[in-house]
Amino acid sequence: MLELKINGTIRRVDVEPEMPLLWVLRDHLGLLGTKYGCGINVCGACTVHIDGQAVRACSLPASKAVGKAIVTIEGLSPKGAAGLHRIQQAWIDHQVPQCGYCQTGMIMSAAALLAKNPSPSDADIDATMTNLCRCGTYARVREAIHALAGRPAAKKA
Amino acid sequence: MTAALSRREFLKASAAIGGGFALEFSFPAASNAAATPGKAVPEVNAWIVIHPDDRVVIRIARSEMGQGTQTALAQLVAEELDCDWARVSTEFASPNEHIRRNRIWGSMSTGGSMGVRSSQDYVRKAGASARDMLTRAAAARWQVPATECAAAAGVITHRPSGRTLRYGEVAADAARLSPPAEVVLRDPKDWKIAGKSIRRLDIPDKVLGRPVFGVDVTLPGMLHASIAQCPVFGGKVARVDARVAEKMRGVKKIVRENDFVAVVADSWWRADEALGKLGIEWDVGDHGRASNETIDAMLRDGLAAPDLPQAKKSGDAHAALATAAKVIEAEYRSPYLNHATLEPMTCTAWFKPDGTLEVWTSTQNGEASMAAAAEASGLPLEKIEVHKMMLGGGFGRRGGPQDFVIQGVKIARAMAGTPVKLMWSREEDMQHGFYRPASIVRMKAGLDARGNIVAMHTKIACPSILKVLMPQALGKDGIDFTAVRTFSDMPYAVPNQQVDYAQRNGHVPVGFWRAPGQQNGFYRECFIDELASAAGRDPVEYRLAMMSPGDKNRRVLEAVAKAAGWGATLPAGAFRGVAVVEGFGSFAATVAELTIDAAGEVKVLRIVVAIDSGHVVNPDNCRAQAESNVIYGLGPILYQDNNVRNGRIVETNFKNFRLPQIAEMPKVETVLVPSGGFWGGHGEPAILPLAPAVCNAVFAATGKRIRSLPLKHHDLRKA
Ligand code: FES
Ligand code: FES
Repeated sequence: MLELKINGTIRRVDVEPEMPLLWVLRDHLGLLGTKYGCGINVCGACTVHIDGQAVRACSLPASKAVGKAIVTIEGLSPKGAAGLHRIQQAWIDHQVPQCGYCQTGMIMSAAALLAKNPSPSDADIDATMTNLCRCGTYARVREAIHALAGRPAAKKA
Repeated sequence: MTAALSRREFLKASAAIGGGFALEFSFPAASNAAATPGKAVPEVNAWIVIHPDDRVVIRIARSEMGQGTQTALAQLVAEELDCDWARVSTEFASPNEHIRRNRIWGSMSTGGSMGVRSSQDYVRKAGASARDMLTRAAAARWQVPATECAAAAGVITHRPSGRTLRYGEVAADAARLSPPAEVVLRDPKDWKIAGKSIRRLDIPDKVLGRPVFGVDVTLPGMLHASIAQCPVFGGKVARVDARVAEKMRGVKKIVRENDFVAVVADSWWRADEALGKLGIEWDVGDHGRASNETIDAMLRDGLAAPDLPQAKKSGDAHAALATAAKVIEAEYRSPYLNHATLEPMTCTAWFKPDGTLEVWTSTQNGEASMAAAAEASGLPLEKIEVHKMMLGGGFGRRGGPQDFVIQGVKIARAMAGTPVKLMWSREEDMQHGFYRPASIVRMKAGLDARGNIVAMHTKIACPSILKVLMPQALGKDGIDFTAVRTFSDMPYAVPNQQVDYAQRNGHVPVGFWRAPGQQNGFYRECFIDELASAAGRDPVEYRLAMMSPGDKNRRVLEAVAKAAGWGATLPAGAFRGVAVVEGFGSFAATVAELTIDAAGEVKVLRIVVAIDSGHVVNPDNCRAQAESNVIYGLGPILYQDNNVRNGRIVETNFKNFRLPQIAEMPKVETVLVPSGGFWGGHGEPAILPLAPAVCNAVFAATGKRIRSLPLKHHDLRKA
């Protein structure tokens, strides 16, 4: 039995310690916003936050996340499900998503980047935002991040 | 996506409409995959449901895979309905209901950039017809002539008295009226909702991770399946040793079919782990030795064959070539390419105790999914419902081929009574696609003394997509229009033309890959560039000189040259190339700008693309589609290919089939030049001139002609 702290709540799951966090989230806890794209740490569709860092959940055994604060797209907004994180709002303002499949991972990566570096340069974005988007939303991802740059982070609820 | 009424309620409501068919779909509470039961609200017509509180639900028959059709179609309906856009939501039309109601929603197929262009007429009429019915219902309520009433923004006004009624107040009455025999559609210049860059309806949910994609379907008691198909296309399962796998945690069943093995377990990871522990022996059949080389030989054999069927013949190309001042020949080629939708193939199926089958899947064609489910289950269509889920990309992979539905249904049949969700691993997805065909093309052109093209003879050896997916659409002598397009319909005034087609199919399944036949744009437009430089002429001027005055190809070529500053000085180290190709109802021309570093790495800096689609329903979304086409098209230009060795696809995942990242995204400038009078698509046209524009820029930079892709196989370092 693993005890995981996800989006501020303790969840207990009876899974193998080596089961990647992605499948614990998706198949055992019903948190389906985190996606599978490659399973080999390349695409970033499975990006979540672990203690504030962007981590690819397909390549992290669930046991390694025990005792850490896990945040998924479902828990990103400080206001909870009813509210939008400012990044999510920027994503709407810039009409970023197309199919949307990569976007939860993309947003989690952008949130981690902006938390560390409120005003990232193009080079910072290129180096950090390595999530793959097959639909080609990259130009708008960059625009949205630049638009957010330098603004104060949303207050913790 | 909100549902106007539950399927059950709908079926009750529609029993009167025509059927007596009494299949009931009930939805378990603990699922995310069913319509939420709501209050029964009658539809005004098949496309439109208006609630008493004025919420308007527009039914969408085409699939949403990121291309924005859901919003664009809703805009067209709402424009003619003239409702309050803020109250509009959509739902996908039910394929089962579609069939029962005699295909009332037209086509459900979503491909060929046709979502808007091939249904704009009837969806606009549905909106206009509903507005007329609502107006007449209000007039009847007031007992005044309908001609004294006008409807706008969701409100009907009786002009003489100034009385008003909201759509929601008269929708139920309107539903009982018969539709008008004829409606007049608005002139696009009067559009208020269509033609505007309205925000997409699907985006607010998408930023929250809320849409239910095919892979997200969840049903009570549902199990998960991972699949292994014979790595050599066409092979069969010979032997399965399940002794280890069947004892693994969570494993419920090993399903063995003729051509695949699947493990069903209580989570996908457990199913996939167990799949890896199966000892599977494959009977690879006849194709275990197929390779790039054998496929190459097959295509070359096609090119060498005498008396090939002709896709076009005008004048006498052979005679004109024999007397031309100069003859130029070139051979071009392209590899197989996987669609690589980010969401892998998936299908959830449930054989229910009442003898019905429900399927939830990411499909580009709900009706084709119904047919596949019927074929795999042996059940009649009436006993099947397909729920069209949000697609994590389509690009042609999820339309014609419904292999994933057939498999999902077969797996669920082995677990009758329990819903099972099949998801392919990325490795399966990479190795079991319906690939963009590999092809080889030989072009031969004759120039006169001034460099004008007097004859062109093209030989195309290419597997036929239609042969695999739509044999009934094959032309005379087996001519596949997707294999010959762009040559059979050149915009250039060349008096003597001949296009020969060698259909050579091989064992690799081929399919509609975004803008099917687009490799011909690469061939033709690079070759035209070769001819322009042989003639010592500017590539834009050379093309324009061969186009007739009213040609829309000319319009977009002129527009792109102007917007890109063709002829103006470029930054040091930058080079540009141009191309123009029509297709999917639209006309597109591109100027690409790039640099090549000392290591021979190409960096595409700027893409300017001009598109004439006649009308434009949502300009911002059309720009998004152009951006999408650029990045989707850039991978195959720079480094993507699928290679065949020992009968199987060599590439397995994104580590050896690379997708471009944000750092590689060029600046894309989309110039929309709609000339009115026709409806062209936007999902594909912008990809058509991309590869030739880039390769022509590579020539400008290096003097090297690129006659095969991807560029990674070419040494572009300065000599
Ligand atoms: S699924 Fe985790 S990186 Fe692709
Ligand atoms: S929006 Fe479709 S993969 Fe990124």
